[in-house]
Formats: sequence, structure tokens, C-alpha cells
Amino acid sequence: MAAVAGVLHARVDARRYETNAATREAPWVRRLILGAALSFFVLFLLMPLLAVFAEALRKGWFTYVTALTDPDALSAIYLTLLVAAIAVPLNLVFGVVAAWTIAKFEFRGKRFLTTLIDLPFSVSPVIAGLIFVLLFGAQGWFGDWLFEHDIKIIFAVPGLVLATVFVTFPFVARELIPLMEAQGREEEEAAVVLGANGWQIFWRVTLPNIKWGLLYGVILCNARAMGEFGAVSVVSGHIRGQTNTLPLHVEILYNEYNFAAAFAVASLLALLAMVTLGLKSVIEWKANQGVTATD
Amino acid sequence: MSIQVEHIHKTFGQFVALDQVSVNFPDGALTALLGPSGCGKTTLLRVIAGLETADSGRVILDGEDASSTHVRQRQVGFVFQHYALFRHLTVFENVAFGLRVRPRRTRPKEAEIRLRVHRLLDLVQLDPLANRFPTQLSGGQRQRVALARALAVEPKVLLLDEPFGALDAQVRKELRRWLRRLHDELHITSLFVTHDQEEALEVADRVVLMHRGRVEQVGTPTEVYEHPASPFVYGFLGAVNTFHGRIDGTHLRVGEATLPHDGDAIHQGADAVGFTRPHELEIVTDLATPHGIEVILDRILTFGASARVELDSLPDADGRGEPTHYEVILPREKVDALGLVEGQRVRLVPSRIHVFPNQTA
Repeated sequence: MAAVAGVLHARVDARRYETNAATREAPWVRRLILGAALSFFVLFLLMPLLAVFAEALRKGWFTYVTALTDPDALSAIYLTLLVAAIAVPLNLVFGVVAAWTIAKFEFRGKRFLTTLIDLPFSVSPVIAGLIFVLLFGAQGWFGDWLFEHDIKIIFAVPGLVLATVFVTFPFVARELIPLMEAQGREEEEAAVVLGANGWQIFWRVTLPNIKWGLLYGVILCNARAMGEFGAVSVVSGHIRGQTNTLPLHVEILYNEYNFAAAFAVASLLALLAMVTLGLKSVIEWKANQGVTATD
Repeated sequence: MSIQVEHIHKTFGQFVALDQVSVNFPDGALTALLGPSGCGKTTLLRVIAGLETADSGRVILDGEDASSTHVRQRQVGFVFQHYALFRHLTVFENVAFGLRVRPRRTRPKEAEIRLRVHRLLDLVQLDPLANRFPTQLSGGQRQRVALARALAVEPKVLLLDEPFGALDAQVRKELRRWLRRLHDELHITSLFVTHDQEEALEVADRVVLMHRGRVEQVGTPTEVYEHPASPFVYGFLGAVNTFHGRIDGTHLRVGEATLPHDGDAIHQGADAVGFTRPHELEIVTDLATPHGIEVILDRILTFGASARVELDSLPDADGRGEPTHYEVILPREKVDALGLVEGQRVRLVPSRIHVFPNQTA
């Protein structure tokens, strides 16, 4: 939430900068910069978004609804929700634990762990998917053992979950570490002196202090979990109605030249993105209220 | 509850924070742990609280060895330098926290909690602000909430870590007096850490002076100020003038000058350093006076009731190369009566000088 906390200060600074005659730019400069930014925004962000919905609805509502209620589409929606429902809570717990460990304790290898958490961000998602194929695939390290015990990971739901967990690993931890480091240990120490046990400290002191940052991380994590393509594509096997998530379903429809259906499904993902952004703004606003109160 | 620490040793990596520290803190007293930053005073306080574990040594609370008991069981109240109030809770809930986290068996009823919290908030004169959040309070108010919160669990001892360190001078002074009054009312054994010698001398019943992880001296404020046990204590408890010289009978010989000292057992002819406070030096304009040391008057600063006169030793007077700097405090009228001018040569005659063997020699 360092990002969240920064927003408010940036806004106040910008206003001061803008109303101060000494630092104000000439009108034409302002218009030029604003114009450049706006046209970029329209060209690369707004137009594609509109295009998704326009294409989706080109053949009318009936086609749109049909494309979404197609059994394969429904199965893809269900699978995407299922994967997110498993991966996000896992990463929530992991993120809190990792951030807690890194921010509140001193230990050897702390910096290494911090770097390691960022690994999924720096590795291409396709490689991430391949790692799991190499580990759990038929020819992989654990392939024989898994085959003997009749456990299917690759080309099945567990593989999708694993790949998604890996890719969305850093979101929660990354959001919480700077926040918890900034808050320090004093409040927890105060709580323990007052007689609180570890459980009470977490629920009554730590969690309330990080809740907005945590929610922010969870929402970003969720958006990525539902939208992930690369890693999931490698481990999925693209079995229609079984291992296809929404992004993969879009690709299949598109490759079959079924554009209206492809865009209809894509519009769901676009909607998800917009809801995410909306929630993100609400949380930033809420958190800023907290920040203003704590300054 | 009395507190004893015995041979407490604590290191952080290579750094020795506490070096075999043993001190007694008597029941009901308000004691100051005083020392420069990094002297181990905060570490000692945290070891007593149980927030830090000593490498060796014992902490004895009320006659019982508490070294291995958890912070939760020690029944101490701790006040942090930066308050450490729970920012998401109101003033009321902050104070109530310690009562609410108790196991159900010992937790007071809601009505009882309300009563106790309001009584404490009355005590720290903050009851009207019970529903505010910590961020809506001033620094002084926050520290008072922190104190009320610490007192809510009815601690046997109260430990305060630089409680006024983050406040500005005005509020600080006020809170000092207030803490003293509060202690006189409650008589709870209290320890507070400070690096401000004025604060320690003004507020505490007893002062424990610490330096480099060791206890230098323990005593009442008057004792430690009037009879410092070491050169460090002398220097730390206020402005001081030093004279480097050699013991010659009842005098300290500094270059050509002789200064009478208060005669502690130091070997004849030994290298020694004499200490004297700025108000214990007299300026004599008659250069023919047999005692005292001849110096050059550098600056006269007159503001307030007394004047401060800064003087320098004559070039190479004590054979140490650089001129030694002296400081004298005297009433303003005295400056006018003596007709002192900057650049003038005068004699400095100490009314009292305390000598220690020269450690550096």
C-alpha cells in the first residue's frame, strides 16, 4: 500500500505545483502534454476496450448470450472461477505469512527471500508453465510416480491451479512488505506487553493495520489469476469443456474464426478488468482516508 | 514491586549493549536510567520488560526470578517513545485493549471495563477525547493515552522508554511535572529512560547513570550531581571545566599555576584531571593573586539573570598545544562590578575542584 499512500501526497503536491504561478507551465505546453497523453490513452486503452464490446455485440444480443451460455463457455467460466477460488486464498495466506516474516523478523537470507518472491514477475509465464510440465508431466521428474499413483496434474485442474499460484505469487506479499516494514513492530510489542497472545495480536492489531493493502493485493492477484494466459496455456492441454479457462477459450474461438463468440467471452474478461479497477479506486480512496487520518 | 537485575549481559553481534549490569530498583521509587544514546539504557529497560532476552544474567521481580517468564506474564506497563498507540482504535478502545484481551475467566464485565477506562482517562485528563482516534491528538495527549493504556492492566511496574523524547520543549516540561505528580499519587515502581540529564535530575527519586553498557553511578539526583563518581558522570551531568595537571600536595599543578583540590586519595605526583562546574569558578582581575590560573577572556554573553563568560588558557600554558576552553557563570552585576572586557587577562580561581586520575595518560 506504499503505492496507495503515495497517491494522496502526489495529488496534494500536483495541485500546489499547478496553482503556483512560479511552477506553472505556459498554456500551450500544458495543452500539448495533456493532448499527447489523452490521444495515447484513447488510441491504446479506450479504443481496444470499446472494440471488444462493439465486436461482441456486432451480431446482436442473441448471439452474445448464446456464446456465453454455450456449455464450453460455461465450463470455462466455472473453471476460471474455481482456479481463482483456490489460487487467491492460497496466495493470500502465503502473502501475509511471507510479508510478516520479512517485515517483522531479522534472519539470514532475508534479502534472498525478498528477491525470490519477485521471481514469478521476472520469469516469462510460458517458462513458468514449462517448469510444471518438466516437474509433473509424463516425462517429468515426478511423472512416473504420479502415473503409478494415478494422479493427474498436467492437463488437469491441479496443473492450472499450480501455474496460477506461481504466476500470482508476488501480488499480496509485494503489497504488504513495504506497508508492514513502514509500520514497524511497536504496536505488536505494545499489544504483547498488554497481555495479548499471538492470535489476538494478529486479529486485533496487525490485520486491521494492513487490511486495505491486503485487499488491494488480493484484488490484483484475483485479476491476474482469472486473466492469466501463458502459464496456464502450457499446462492446460486445451481440452474443451475440461481444462479450458476463459482466456484459453477466447483463443480457441478466435482461432476458429468465431469472432463474435470470441469477443463475447473476451468482454467478460474486460468487465472483470473494469470491476477490478473500480474496486481498486474505492480501496485507494478508503485507504487514503486512513492515511489522512494517520498524518 | 522491587526490581533487581543481576549480571545482565547482552550483545548485538559484536556490540556489547549491556556488560554485566547489576542494579536494584527499590519498591515504589521513580528511577531514571540516564545516559548518552547507545549506552544500553533502553536495552536494559526492554530486558526488564521481557521484550528483549539477555544473553546471561537474571531479572528478579518482587524477589522472584522472572528471567524465563514471558512478557505477558510479567505484569509490566510499558510506554514507548513513539507512543505505539493502536491507530485503528479510539482512545477508549486503546485503553481498554489490555482488559479485552484477557482470557474470559479473568476478563472484567463490559460495564466494569467502561468504568475503569473512564476512570483512567479522567486520571490523565483525557476523558472528553475518549472517542477520538490517536491521529486526532497532539503528541502530549497521545503519550498520556499510552500511559493510561499501560496503567489499565494494573501493572506492578511502569517502564517508560524516553517518554518525552518525541515532544517539543514546552510540552515536555509540563509532562515531566505531571508524571512526577502522577507517581506521587500512585506510588507504582517506575523506571524511565532518558538522555536528558535535566529531566532525570528533576523528575526522578534516583538516577542510574549508564555509559557503554555499564552502570557508572547510582544515587539521588543531588548525590550524583554533587559527587560524581567518574569523569564521565561529571561531564554528562552538566557543563564542566577540566584542568589537566599533576598532583602536588593539596594542589593540582597546571603548568605554572596551582589550584587547590578537594583531596581524594590520588598518588603524589600522579597525572590528574580536575573538574569544576562553571559556577564554581571565580574570576579575579588582580593578576598578582597567588592562586588560580591565568587566562584570556574571550567572550561575555549576557542574557537572562546570569552572565556566561568564555575564556581561553594562555597559549601553551599546560603544555598541551591547543588552548583549553573554560566557561564561567556568574551574576550579571558581578561582570559589571569587575569591569570585564573581552581580550583582558584575568585569573580563574576555583572554589571547588574535584580530581580524578588521568585515564588517558
